[in-house]
Amino acid sequence: MSSRPRVVIVDDHHLFRSGVRAELGGEVDVVGDAGDVQEAVRVIGVQQPDVVLLDVHMPDGGGVEVISRVADGPSQARFLALSVSDAAEDVIAVIRAGARGYVTKTISGVELAEAVRRVAGGDAVFSPRLAGFVLDAFAADAPEEASVSGPDRELDQLTPREREVLRHIARGYMYKEVAQRLGISVKTVEAHVSAVLRKLQLSSRHELSRWAVERRLVSLDAPAARGAAEP
Amino acid sequence: MAVAQAPSERNRQDTGPLRRYPDRGLIGGVCAGLAAHLGVDVRLVRALTAMVAIVGGLGLALYALAWALIPVAPESDGAARRPGAWREAVLIVLALLGVSVALRVSGVHFADSLAWPLVLGACGMALVWRPIAGARGRGVGGDGQASRERSRRAGAVDAPRLVIGALLVAFASAGLLHVVGVLHRNSLGNAIGAVAIIATVLGLLIVPWFVRLGRNLSSERAARIREQERARMAAHLHDSVLQTLALIQKRAEDPREVAGLARRQETMAGALERAAAEVEELHRVPIEVVTVGDGPLDGRLEAIVAAAREAMTNAAKFAGSERVDLYAEVQPDRVGVFVRDRGVGFDLQAIPPDRRGVRDSIIGRMERHRGSAAVHSTPGQGTEIELEMARGAGA
Repeated sequence: MSSRPRVVIVDDHHLFRSGVRAELGGEVDVVGDAGDVQEAVRVIGVQQPDVVLLDVHMPDGGGVEVISRVADGPSQARFLALSVSDAAEDVIAVIRAGARGYVTKTISGVELAEAVRRVAGGDAVFSPRLAGFVLDAFAADAPEEASVSGPDRELDQLTPREREVLRHIARGYMYKEVAQRLGISVKTVEAHVSAVLRKLQLSSRHELSRWAVERRLVSLDAPAARGAAEP
Repeated sequence: MAVAQAPSERNRQDTGPLRRYPDRGLIGGVCAGLAAHLGVDVRLVRALTAMVAIVGGLGLALYALAWALIPVAPESDGAARRPGAWREAVLIVLALLGVSVALRVSGVHFADSLAWPLVLGACGMALVWRPIAGARGRGVGGDGQASRERSRRAGAVDAPRLVIGALLVAFASAGLLHVVGVLHRNSLGNAIGAVAIIATVLGLLIVPWFVRLGRNLSSERAARIREQERARMAAHLHDSVLQTLALIQKRAEDPREVAGLARRQETMAGALERAAAEVEELHRVPIEVVTVGDGPLDGRLEAIVAAAREAMTNAAKFAGSERVDLYAEVQPDRVGVFVRDRGVGFDLQAIPPDRRGVRDSIIGRMERHRGSAAVHSTPGQGTEIELEMARGAGA
């Protein structure tokens, strides 16, 4: 892999695509962009990029649809979700479809380039928001899951260290700073984050989906319902 | 007296309780204090005092007692007397001595054997009490650190003074005992008299300490409560009222939004997000809000939201950071909120005392609600403010 990853930007807003292209211009090679699912699948097939920056919300199925259709082909592209969307449900869906991370559009150009390189190198990228979603989703140890057998159960829980790493990311610390504060190497931080990503993608924890739906429902209307739904 | 009547009303209002004014008086400011308190001319009080002093020294004893017992007025600096006051005082004492000698020569004199021990004893007690008298009055209402330091110094007992005072009192007591005659005759009645005199002397020595102690404690407590209340109001005004006004000014064209500002009842996460949105709107710095868990907003959670809002405002206004991160975790037993920026950072010690933001609105507020706040800041690398509060039945 060259030091400059090849990137395709997929977003239905033309203005946003050119904005990201301009911000990333010096750091990575933007080899193409697309404004809808159809075009995205075609461009990714032709360009074979290292990383696809993917909007979560698009007409005709959004990011999830792009990932599942590209997965059928020979492409080795990795996906990084990029969105202003606040709905945990959508974000979790894109991650579970196979995206290697999620960042919000408030991210600076430098940080975005860093995130792209990280994803290109096979690591996971958690924004503070995603870290918060995950901590929330894995928050309670539901008693009904105590009966689930070994490996599944492992997927359903975060280790204390993973939790600590996520908490720092949620507080706005970068991987390097997290490593410094916890007295571990950046590689270890990356390993923890990747492990969390794997759990997020593979866990059969039914709380995960229920939680996402609940959260969405709650953010749409009665706030009291959420307090009551919590253990 | 009609002339003195008008100032009397005013003075009574102004001065309240009886206080000494050493800067206005000749010796200890007792007469000035009395005059201000009673609303009469100070010269009248002085003349009366002088007359009583001549009568067997009783006035001197009373004056010494008053000096020791009446606290210094807060607005009067006990250290600085009026220039030339001492010379006047010495003149007065000389005049008094002259008059009493004249009286004595002309045959009109009071029982010396009783008067002089009383004068000596009064002087001794005044000496013993003076150290605490100096400590009094300025510990309250002064500016914290400095006045506390001053009163600590003044409160330290001045040993030589104490010894001399005690000796004088002992000498006076012996004189009194001698007069009563207990040292000559040996009878039960006299022994009881002696015990009574000694007990009285000891009581006179000790009681003022307790009087003062109690008064210091209660007035300091009152001052502390006042200070707390004032800080709470200042903090409240600083963010809730002023910021809501600023927000209303910005949203003036949208009446629905303005009305909504006042009455929204919501959850902790919702309140934090709204606070962040408002700060973002006001200061044009993106704030990334991440919340884990949630709960209905109660009084203490409102306090932590308000403190967090203040922390965000500080970060947005002063840090010069591209982005501010807010992370909140609401758990059944505790709440933690973290506000992080990557701005210039600051030194908490270097903030001028009149800037209320961090001290009152964040740290003070959290402490008033049994929470805690910690500021971690490295100049050049940014700041993180941690707010923590215990929840649940135990809290």
